[in-house]
This record gives sequence, C-alpha cells and structure tokens, in this order.
Amino acid sequence: MLKRKIALGFAAALGASAALATIAEARDLTVVSWGGAYQEAQKKVYFEPFKKASGVAMNDESWDGGVGVLRAKVQGGAATWDVVQVESDELAVGCEEGLFEKLDYSKIGGEAAYIPPSVNPCGVGAILYDFVLGYDKDKLKEAPKGWADFFDTKKIPGKRALRQGPKTTLEIALMADGVPPKDVYHVLATDEGVERAFQKLDTIKGDLVWWKAGAQPPQLLASGEVAMTSVYNGRIDTANKNEKKNFGMVWDGALFTLDSWVILKGSPNKDAAYKFLDFVGKAENQSKLSENIAYGTSNKDAAGRLPPAVLKDLPTAPDNIKNAVEINVAFWLENIDRLTERFNKWAAK
Amino acid sequence: MTTTSLPGANAQAEVPLKRRLRRAERTRQVKALALVLPLLLFLLFTFAGPIAGMLWRAVEDWEVRQVLPQTTAALASWDGKDLPDEKAYAALASDILAARAAGTVPIAAKRLNYALNGFRTILTSTARNLKAVPEPGTAKETLGKINPAWRERATWTTIKDASGPITGFYLLAALDLTRNADGAIVAAPPDQAIYRDIFLRTFLISLGVTALCLILGFPVAYLLATLPPGRSNLLMIFVLLPFWTSLLVRTCAWIVLLQSKGVVNDSLHWLGIIDAPLRLIYNRFGVCVAMTHVLLPFMILPLYSSMKAISPAYMRAAASLGAPPLTAFLRIYLPQTLPGIGAGSLLVFILALGYYITPALVGGAADQMISYFIALYTTETANWGLASALGAVLLLATVLLALVYGKLVQGQQVTGGMKN
Repeated sequence: MLKRKIALGFAAALGASAALATIAEARDLTVVSWGGAYQEAQKKVYFEPFKKASGVAMNDESWDGGVGVLRAKVQGGAATWDVVQVESDELAVGCEEGLFEKLDYSKIGGEAAYIPPSVNPCGVGAILYDFVLGYDKDKLKEAPKGWADFFDTKKIPGKRALRQGPKTTLEIALMADGVPPKDVYHVLATDEGVERAFQKLDTIKGDLVWWKAGAQPPQLLASGEVAMTSVYNGRIDTANKNEKKNFGMVWDGALFTLDSWVILKGSPNKDAAYKFLDFVGKAENQSKLSENIAYGTSNKDAAGRLPPAVLKDLPTAPDNIKNAVEINVAFWLENIDRLTERFNKWAAK
Repeated sequence: MTTTSLPGANAQAEVPLKRRLRRAERTRQVKALALVLPLLLFLLFTFAGPIAGMLWRAVEDWEVRQVLPQTTAALASWDGKDLPDEKAYAALASDILAARAAGTVPIAAKRLNYALNGFRTILTSTARNLKAVPEPGTAKETLGKINPAWRERATWTTIKDASGPITGFYLLAALDLTRNADGAIVAAPPDQAIYRDIFLRTFLISLGVTALCLILGFPVAYLLATLPPGRSNLLMIFVLLPFWTSLLVRTCAWIVLLQSKGVVNDSLHWLGIIDAPLRLIYNRFGVCVAMTHVLLPFMILPLYSSMKAISPAYMRAAASLGAPPLTAFLRIYLPQTLPGIGAGSLLVFILALGYYITPALVGGAADQMISYFIALYTTETANWGLASALGAVLLLATVLLALVYGKLVQGQQVTGGMKN
C-alpha cells in the first residue's frame, strides 16, 4: 500500500529493470529502506560511509512496505533484496512465515548492545519513531494540547487528517475520549471499546481527511488543507529544518513503534549483510542518524553521544516517551482484517 | 464394359485426391500454427498462467491441512453435531506439539483467524501452554483447561471448514456471505459486509466517468474529424499531450488545483462567488474529475477514428432530402459513430474498473475502489485468498461486460440507421 512516499513508483520500476538486468550474475548487497528524507539521511551516515569503510559493493532501493511484497519476493525465489527495513507487524508476520534469516547477534555486537524492545530473533531495531499530533504554529492561534483538542472543532476549527485505516485511528479516538494511554489496548480489545472509538470518530466525521503516505501530512499542513494531522515525528522535524516551516507537535499520547533491519531468507550476500548490520548497529554511527533526522535508534549508547538540543526532539527522550503508547503488534495481527472491514463500513456510511 | 468400370475407377482416383487435399490443408494449418506459436506460448506463460494461478488461490485451502494433518483426518468422520470425540482432541494435541516444534503454528492460526476472530490467540496460547502429549484419555480435559474455547462446537467447525483442499470461504467472503455452524450459506455480519457495496461503488464510479468522458469527448472528436488537417493536428497534440504525461503527475496536479486553498477555490473566492472554500477534493467529486481527465484520450481516439471514416456526403444527402440538422444527425451521423462510442466506452469503463492510484490520492475513505482492497490484502495483510477472490469476482464481471458488448456490436450491423 502507499505508505510513505508515493512517487516511488518510478524508482521501483527503474530498480526492477536494473535488478532484472543483474539477476543472472552474482549481485551486490542490496539494502532496502523507506525512501524520502529518511533514506537520504541513511545514505549520508550509513550507506556511503559503510561502502568506504568496508569496501563492500552495495546499492540501495526503497519500498512502501507490506508483508505480501516480502512473501512474493522470497517465495518467488531469486529475491533481489538482501537487507530490508520493515515495520513491527511485517517483522512479526514475516518471522512467523519464515521469510527472514534468524539473526546471529554475535556478529552484530551482541544482544546486550541494543535496547530490549529492538532485539528480535528475526530482526534488529533500526529506529524508534512516533505518530504525533502535528500542526502549523503560524496558522493556529492556540496550540492543541492533545488528542482531545484534535476532536474539538469548536475550540480549533478546520479539518483534520488521520492515516487511512483502523490502525492508529482507533487508538487516537479512544485517547481523545479520555482513555489513558496505558489502557488503550485493554479498552480496544472489547466490543464496547471499538464501538466507543467509532462513536468518537463520528463526532468529526465531516471534517476528516485521510492520508496514506507519510509525505502527505506535511503537505496537508503546509497547504492549509487541515488544521491538525497525525504525522511521523521525523517528517515534522524535516519540514521545519529543510523547508523553513514552523510546525509544532504534541508528544502527549503519541503512538510509537520500531522499525527493524531483517535479512531476507536465502540471501546470497549474508556475510556482507552482517557486516552492514554491524556497521549500522554501532552507537557512533547511529547517533549521526539522529542528528540528521529526529528518530530514536536502537543502540543503548547512541543517545548518550547526542547534544541535549538534539535529544529533546527525539521519541526516545524521557519526557517524550513518558506518556506515549507502543503500537500493539499482537493486537493488530489478530484484528486487522476485521477492523479494516469495520472501518470501511463506517467510512462508507 | 468400360462405362461400368468407370465409376469404380473414378472412385478409386477420388479418394487419394481428397486425402491429398486434406493433407495440403493440414500442412497449411500447421504452418500457420507454427507462426503464431511464440505468441501463444508467451501469452500462456505471462497472462493465462498467472490468471489461472490467481483463480486457484481464491479457492485453495492448504494451511490447516498442512499444519494440523492428524486433526484434519480425525475430523473427516465427525458429524459436527456435538463436540468431537477424544480421538480428535488427542490428534490436535499431537499436531500442535509437532507444529510448535516446526514453527508452523502461526500459519494455521492466521488462516483460522480469518474465519473466527480470536483464533490466533486460541491456537498460539494453546501451543505455548501445552507442554507434553496428554495421557491417553485426558486430551479433551487438558485442552479444555488450557483454553475453554476447545469446549465450544464453533471452534471445531471452524477447523473442519478450513480442512481444504479447496474452499468457497474466500469467494463467499468476497460476496458478503459466510457459512454458519451448520454449513448453511448466510449473509455475513453487517460489520463485515462491505464488498458488495464496494463493487457497486466501483461500477458506479466507472459508469459515471465513462458518461462524463463521452459527453466531453464526443464534441472534441467531432471537431478533430471535421477540421482541416493542419488545425486538427494541432488539436490532436493537445489531446495526446496529457495522454503522454504520467498519471501520477496529472493526479497530483488536480490536488494542487482543487484543494481548499488551491487555484480553483482561491479564484472563486477572489471573484466573490464563494465565501468559504468548496470541498472539491478527497471526495467523490475529485475522483470523478481526476479520472475523467486521465481517461478522456481513451474515449476521444476511438471516436475520432470512427468519425474520420464517415463521408460528409451522407449529411449533405440527408439535408438535400429535407432532413433538419438534428434529424440528420440522429438518423444518419450518430448511428455511424456507434462502433466508436461502443469501443471508447468499453475501453474507458474497463480501465476505470481497475483504477487504484487516482482514487487513493484524491478520494476520501468512502471513495476507495475494489483495486484498493485487492492491493491492501495482497501487500499489507497478506490475505492472498481474499485478494484473489476479489480479483476473480472483478474478472468475471469484466468478462461478462465484454461479452455483452460483443453481442451488442454484432447485433449492430451498421446500416446507416436506415430501415431495411
């Protein structure tokens, strides 16, 4: 699905044709990430330095996510990718389906080097990021304080944008309805909780716009199409730095999740892949990433190397993570199909 | 004598001649076949094969068979009335232990969860808590203690229904139907009954876009066909220029034009026509506008080619026989453009049915067409059975439409509208 960057179609087509051309011979290490400003930052602090330091020939591609894509790659045989950055649900399902190599942590600095949530048998954490409430400081007289304000069209008029689909949307609706962040999934696990979330969404249904790719929310804010939106925290930061925007965000009630690096099953470049993972797992390299784009990283010592000014804008900063919820992968694996159908039923009403 | 023997001799000579003729015919056919063979093979491997694979995926049911083989076998003789016997419980316990060792529990759990929400937890928690093979005769009790769901008939009918090797489950789901515990086909619960509406929405949007393209495209095609070549070529470039521009670029251009602080709203506001911005995008209106713009050339080109073939002499003849312009148009000109109208409409309609990017970008949550859901289940949730079933239903509908069109065109012998 369109997740982070829509204009990847071209890149994918080019990449695919290039990949087809090289399929017959042994290929270079291929690393796949999310494109956009994020991959630019990765190129600068990970890919280029890694090529220089190790002498390994590698190229990078981008993708839009979806475990179905990985399944097709692996089951089709001759997968053209080696290392892929995946979201938490892709990690869980792909691991269950045997799409990824089991990681040997001794080759990438040992499990103890990483923060606990980022250690998984099939993948190692890459970044930690949030869905936050984003708004344009230049356009709003009064800054929103949390999701309750997001649903208050009297206090702050204008349209709002959320990510299309039930995931993140229902959690946000419940928090707006007064459910404390730590109880969100307990409530959502009941039928009454789901009902309550949809009832809350009903209150602003006419003012909701749905985004699908991560690049859209900053555009929606910049064009004044919406007053507030859910957005990846790094996108807000990038818009402020690179496009001189004056966007604000609310950390309270943010939803955070991890992305991980995996090695696709049967990769012919396993040794090079481990070298790469070892390189990007090192604290000194990870801290450079956080300086370029405001995402937290997985190495325990990475945050300690950062200046306080950078640290305060990261999802991993103590103040920012205090009232945040981790997106519950197990819950969504069980309920995504049912709630997607329910969400679309509601949207069509 | 000779006269009597002649017919016989003739008959003898005739047989080889017939045979020779047949042989010559056959050689010609083989040669013709050899010439088209590469194309046939190409189509078979790149087109027919994948489609057949997709149709097969829509009915295939392998997960539970593969992961829980003994349970599947034990349930084959179960009548589904009461809880299954001790044997089935023992089979399930040993299957789960084997599957846990092989790491295949989630594969079955995922499939069963489609049919009964929460099954993923039932199976994974049972696998986690079942430490060893239960003593003979205690399997039922043990499993019931681990998870009370094993004491429910619905849990077991779900497993039995998913035993494969083929299933109607996905195709039924694609039509908002399901089987109840007794195996009768019933309507799906209202929360999950969405696909009929989405198919209807897909057809309505496609129909609306086809109608808009026809209304806008017909005059343009007429102009192109009747202007002198120099000017008509210039106009043709205007038609083809957007045709050659990327669909993504054109769709994004509409976002810039139609958003609430976009070009259209700002101009209207500046002219004093509106006070508050109109909602022109992220709704059905935006989808129809953008799709019509993208698909217009597909309507204009067939229309233009059919109009190009109509001699102006017909209209002059009609006028000389005293027909007013409107009558001449309706009776003489329009019937001759019908093949162009038919071809253009069918082309636009079938292309519109499969549209994905444009509605995804300029539509709201209630304007997503069926291809959005096929993509969602293919890549996002990896529910390939349902994705294939939705694709199969769409394919069937499209083939039916093409057949109806074929019938219509065949019955439409172009007689210039004159009564025979």
